[in-house]
Amino acid sequence: MATRTIGSGSTAVTQDMLRRALEGRKVNVINPLVALTLLISLLASLAILVVLLWDVVAKSMPVWQERGWSVITNDLSPRPEETGMVQGIFGSVMLTVVVVILSFPLGVAAAIYLEEYARDTRLTRILVANIRNLAGVPSIVYGLLGLTVFVKLILEGMVGQLSGRTLIAGGMTLSMLVLAIMVITTQEALRAVPMALREASYGVGATPWQTIRHHVLPVASPAIFTGSVLTLARAFGESAPLLLAGAVLSTFFAAPEGTPITSLVMSEKYTALPIIIYNWSRQPQTEYIALTAAAIVALLVILLVVNAGTILARDALERRRIR
Amino acid sequence: MLETQGSLDLSGDPRRLRHERTVRRVFLSAAVFTILVSVAIVLSLVGEAVAFLQSIASEVEEGLGSLFADGWFPRRDRFDLRTIVWHTLAVSGIAMTVATPLGLGAAIYLSEYAKPGVRRVLKPVLEILAGIPSVVLGYFALRFITPDILRNIWDTTQQSNLMAAGIGVGILIIPLVSSVSEDAMQAVPRSLREASYGLGAKKWHTSLRVVFPAALSGIVAALILGLSRSIGETMVVAIAAGATGGSLLQLSPLNGGQTMTGAMASLAIGSDQVAGGVAAFQSLFFVGLLLFLMTLVLNIGSERLVRRFRQKY
Repeated sequence: MATRTIGSGSTAVTQDMLRRALEGRKVNVINPLVALTLLISLLASLAILVVLLWDVVAKSMPVWQERGWSVITNDLSPRPEETGMVQGIFGSVMLTVVVVILSFPLGVAAAIYLEEYARDTRLTRILVANIRNLAGVPSIVYGLLGLTVFVKLILEGMVGQLSGRTLIAGGMTLSMLVLAIMVITTQEALRAVPMALREASYGVGATPWQTIRHHVLPVASPAIFTGSVLTLARAFGESAPLLLAGAVLSTFFAAPEGTPITSLVMSEKYTALPIIIYNWSRQPQTEYIALTAAAIVALLVILLVVNAGTILARDALERRRIR
Repeated sequence: MLETQGSLDLSGDPRRLRHERTVRRVFLSAAVFTILVSVAIVLSLVGEAVAFLQSIASEVEEGLGSLFADGWFPRRDRFDLRTIVWHTLAVSGIAMTVATPLGLGAAIYLSEYAKPGVRRVLKPVLEILAGIPSVVLGYFALRFITPDILRNIWDTTQQSNLMAAGIGVGILIIPLVSSVSEDAMQAVPRSLREASYGLGAKKWHTSLRVVFPAALSGIVAALILGLSRSIGETMVVAIAAGATGGSLLQLSPLNGGQTMTGAMASLAIGSDQVAGGVAAFQSLFFVGLLLFLMTLVLNIGSERLVRRFRQKY
């Protein structure tokens, strides 16, 4: 009907109205407004990140200027002007070593079972649901597990240590914490390996294990590597479970001079970098405000270096494969 | 059947098969170990939690009534659950108020609006934020949010308060909320967007009135997951919410108070049992069990919703 009106040429007004409706001359305010609001909410996160980093660095400046490297290399001390965080850095590194030794093989093996071997049985479904739930358990609850099982039951009960609050107990606790995440990231890496690769391998008569070892794992390894390091970085910054699994919560402690590294790990008191941050942040003296900021800067720099290193290493791994 | 023919045996080298079976069993035992971890968690929590109930029923004056006493002061045998649960809900509520608009806004922008170049620059911002340890946000809440922001708005703000802790936790869960809900929106099929444009809808209409509702179950799942994470978050609360030792029920979030995780952290500091009775130490496990159950229910709920949106498309 409308076309007939235009065709007759009698009403220019109708023609104009129709053209406007088709071309949409209306100024559209809502579109850019919505886009802008959404962009702002994303930029807010960026702003928070910038303010956080700037604030911490600015607050730590006086410490770096007055103390230089000694704040990193000194042992903990009851006197804030002499204290340092080397014990925490040592503790965190050794904890991470324990976590790698325990959770990496376990996590990768469990993921290989779930992705490469498991059929859709009841057991498999229970395993998958269980791992999902483990990944969502609050970290402090793992601390309770560590306190009851590793500190009390295994180290104090079975091994017979006087105090089970040692680095190995903390390391085992953190391993349990990251195990589920390790499984999930490895599963994702394995899932990304094309099915055709496995089928080709079976086609020439390889067994499942030969297929996994020679074809699936080499392809999945860069992704497994990256996922694991990111998971370990999480463990490195984690502190809540260590509060319960026995990390030292005082402004100083010392192992006897010349204690071998094995007994530092197995039987001595320990602390970790995030625990030092927590501990210093609740000290009443004002010197600790800047000291805490310095410890945070150290922690963030370590995490940054590890993450950047991982990305570079992954790229190198992938490049080698292509050649 | 083949064996009856005698010539063709396809069962393979028995040594090879045995080897394969052993390897499989090794991997299976690693997977089953994860169940052992769950069992150990539940047993260690339930055992001490039951012991806690028994010891307050028999040794504490008010008996089980001390679970509804005046305030949470474990060293003085006052274990008012309402106090710490309320404070936890207050902190989580504030966290969700911060994280919901910022996380969802970021997710919609990244999924629907951002051009690939912009995305490549802005997405890592959220990933970096996700990698910041929670102790760092605790310090930020205590030393920046409280003195430089909250004190400027409300000058009665206490040095340690639930509000700053809530904002800190909120910042911590923005990346989680945003990445899970972005995944949900990416899972909405293109055809829905194209149909919407085909009917003449504009960009904002398509994003907010078509894609967003279509991804709603996934987005709700993201929010539940964020809520669960905020309830279980410990370090931010332990540093910024204050009230080590115990607290009365605080209605104002500008006051310091103990949450469930905060109470656990401060009990952990004294977990050498130097101060307070056995019950105080055991209450740690009772609160832990409560926390475990709350997050478990939320996580399972969120999981169900995610599965639903995956099935639909």
